Amino acid sequence: MNARRALLLPSALALGYAFLYLPIVSLIVFSFNASRLVTVWDAAHSPTLRWYVELLHNDQILSAARLSLGIATLNATAAVILGTAAGFALARFGRFRGRGLLSALTTAPLVMPEIITGLSLLLLFISMQQLLGWPARRGAATITLAHISFSVSYVAIVVQARLAGFDHSLEEAALDLGARPAQVFRRITLPLIAPALLSGWLLSFTLSWDDVVISQFVAGPGSSTLPMVIFSKVRLGVSPDVNALATLLITLVAAGVVGSTLWLQRREQRRGSEMRQAVTEE
Amino acid sequence: MTGGRPRLWELLERRGRALVSGIPLGWLSLFFLIPFLIVLKISFSEARLAMPPYAPLLVRTGAHTLAIHMHLENYRLLASDPLYLDSLLYSLRVAAGSTLCCLLLGYPMALAIARAHPARRHLLLMAIILPFWTSFLLRVYAWIGLLQDNGVINHLLLSLHLIHQPLVMVNTTFAVYVGIVYSYLPFMVLPLYANLEKHDATLLEAAADLGARPWRAFCRITLPLSGPGIMAGVLLVFIPAVGEFVIPSLLGPANQLMIGRVVSNEFFENRDWPTASALAIVLLLLLLAPIVLLQRYRRRELASA
Amino acid sequence: MTDSDRHIAARAADAYLQLHELGKRYGEVPAVDAVSLDIRRGEIFCLLGASGSGKTTLLRLLAGFETPDTGRVLLDDEDITAVPPYRRPLNMMFQSYALFPHLSVERNVAFGLEQEQLTRGEIMRRVGEILEVVRMGALARRKPHQLSGGQRQRVALARALVKRPKLLLLDEPLAALDRKLREHTQFELLNIQQELGVTFVVVTHDQEEAMTLATRIGVMDHGRIVQVGTPREIYQQPLTRFVAGFIGSVNLLEGRVLERQADRAQLHCDELPVPLLVPWPAGAGAPGATGAAAAGVSAAGVGAALWVALRPEQLRLSRARPEQPYNWAQGVIREVAYRGDLSVYLVRLPGGRELRATLANSGAGSAAVELTRDVPVYLCWEADSAVVGSD
Repeated sequence: MNARRALLLPSALALGYAFLYLPIVSLIVFSFNASRLVTVWDAAHSPTLRWYVELLHNDQILSAARLSLGIATLNATAAVILGTAAGFALARFGRFRGRGLLSALTTAPLVMPEIITGLSLLLLFISMQQLLGWPARRGAATITLAHISFSVSYVAIVVQARLAGFDHSLEEAALDLGARPAQVFRRITLPLIAPALLSGWLLSFTLSWDDVVISQFVAGPGSSTLPMVIFSKVRLGVSPDVNALATLLITLVAAGVVGSTLWLQRREQRRGSEMRQAVTEE
Repeated sequence: MTGGRPRLWELLERRGRALVSGIPLGWLSLFFLIPFLIVLKISFSEARLAMPPYAPLLVRTGAHTLAIHMHLENYRLLASDPLYLDSLLYSLRVAAGSTLCCLLLGYPMALAIARAHPARRHLLLMAIILPFWTSFLLRVYAWIGLLQDNGVINHLLLSLHLIHQPLVMVNTTFAVYVGIVYSYLPFMVLPLYANLEKHDATLLEAAADLGARPWRAFCRITLPLSGPGIMAGVLLVFIPAVGEFVIPSLLGPANQLMIGRVVSNEFFENRDWPTASALAIVLLLLLLAPIVLLQRYRRRELASA
Repeated sequence: MTDSDRHIAARAADAYLQLHELGKRYGEVPAVDAVSLDIRRGEIFCLLGASGSGKTTLLRLLAGFETPDTGRVLLDDEDITAVPPYRRPLNMMFQSYALFPHLSVERNVAFGLEQEQLTRGEIMRRVGEILEVVRMGALARRKPHQLSGGQRQRVALARALVKRPKLLLLDEPLAALDRKLREHTQFELLNIQQELGVTFVVVTHDQEEAMTLATRIGVMDHGRIVQVGTPREIYQQPLTRFVAGFIGSVNLLEGRVLERQADRAQLHCDELPVPLLVPWPAGAGAPGATGAAAAGVSAAGVGAALWVALRPEQLRLSRARPEQPYNWAQGVIREVAYRGDLSVYLVRLPGGRELRATLANSGAGSAAVELTRDVPVYLCWEADSAVVGSD
């Protein structure tokens, strides 16, 4: 009875992880399959790197990847700057004019259905074109602007949470020791929120790198991001070179995430043991 | 500490404050608030065959007079044409159903992680978050390979002689459920875990000490205490699921469209901007209550942090 | 020259930090309510009060983190009311210590000096010096998380002192330390203060801490300073019922004036079988009159209601009936609490009122054996040990 109960939660967990990872595993396995019918294993000719080689010669995918990389990098950098400003103002300025609006505008994009964000941004760009003559045509620029506008919120939230988590008196102490507000920000606040900035940057990068819906609305002819290319390919069914591409991307991201998590964990452990040691020394 | 420099600094700092809050505020107003107002405006305009394909709201009727043409026809159309109502109801149903499935699957997972050995929690959590960092689109795509008629699951079932004909799973509502549950599971597990992890283990010991069996202790202690976590998880899954576009496009039936797809079709294929805009507004109104609830929860979390 | 003029002139002469009618409101609630105060050069002034009494707000007004709604702050005759915190010639030690977690001990301490135009060598020299003063030289390269609570406290002190401030503000300096360390650190703090001659303003809610550290104490309640005095004055001559009750434990009795004599008065108290004899302050202006409360008492006529405070250690316990015709009570011991160096007795009077008495456990303790629960006893005290007030 008790043994059965003790197994209940772990087996639920195992089931959950199987559900999360089996599709990814099958994606990876079939990327080495020789058959064009992605899901039928061609034992005679597999495993093969054929689709990886084809991928390297697929100019459409490569140029889309280059475009996406550029957009995502630019987006993440701009979003971190704007989002840090917004998060800092919300966490540290107390009451100021426009606070309510800023707070609402930083949280709204997080819950707004993508389809509405995409539609409204497209209508904005069309209106701007009519009124100002810019943007003359939609493409990389409009996609980047659209991505920044929703990424800012994520960075602002992360920065705000980080600032809420550390003691306000650190900044006051710096002021008290003679540092002016701008110096306090540079020498105390910025180093302390650096981890939040990094995760905000990575999050913004990923959001942009993955976005299909909003990009589709605001993109113009001839400016297809990588997710847009993949989307139009897989709408027609499975295709083995997408599997190869997916495998590359997933491996890359997984290595990064696992590596950084383990690094953080080790650092945390070292910090913990140093703190314990400091207490016993006394 | 005399001379011109400190005063200059102070001036810059006062300006700096206004800049720091003003620039993001300006940006978000331009790229979020104004676009939304444009959608609202167009939803009240009359469609016509021109560029742009809608009539202006404000019309100059004389030298000093303006007329406002508030056109409610678009909203009346939404109410009268069963196509729109159907897809709205279908979207809500699918979102609610898949949210429930997410909860039923996610709750035991979150509980198991929260009760795991502290040293292992990091790793278990990372395994939940990891898929979130990898491409959403590619993960949904993976399910096509699993679910299609000659896909992995059908192959497996046929070779085990459990079925004799391949099951039709792709392009069905079932596949949409699977896709949504799969994609949004981390959004359910993470807030639940954050809540469950904070529970005081001695509460359960106290309940056991007072004679409650584990299942009863769970129902009377753990479950009620995890209310806020359940709320957050449910809202975080339900809200985006209603407007979901990619998953039904790849896995869903062709004759039953979710609302996101209908908006897109109205806009791009029928070039009916006013109807698309009105639909977007209706969708947002439907989601308003859950969004407000979620915001309230967020604010409380931030305040307690 | 009137009395109050002379008073102000005397204040200005030796006051180093002066607060004039300083006030700060949060919404409708006054956190600091028209506080005027003079603090002398080189003293350790403790602001003592419960949480919410406004003491921390007052400290933050001095540091410049809050701007006052009314009033002025003068430091060494210079008005600093509008000076931003980064240009005030005073420093603060925070309750949480607020050590910068990303900087080493050395860099934390150097931070303040780096804001001044000093050479690298000068900065390093002064950092080294102050770290020796607080005995943290050996740990200069550690990060804050690698330090124990006591070590962090010393770094925070060094960081605030290295700028050689005219005034050091300390917010609950010992609150984050455990009990054993606290006492040791108290004396260390006193040594350092004397060595460097800096004026300290300390905020604390801990009366023992205030008693040990302070040259003078200002007791705060509801945003006001209710009494300023040396620890001895505050303890032995509380001016108000609040101060009497807040500092140490006290027995408060209510009485009415029966008869006045030259420097004594007899009071009637419903709970006592005999009259209360209490010291009576002479008229205002004469030596010995301390402030408004005493003046209020000396003006009170026959029949006026007064409070009388008796410290538990001033009460004597005996089995035999005292011979004096005043200042005793009869009751039954309800509880005895053994505290090592002393014992606390709770005695219930016939009316139900309980008085607290403490007795030192010095001798063989023959008295203690007799004085147990439910034993009927007499309590008595000297007239001079009582304090009266009229508020």
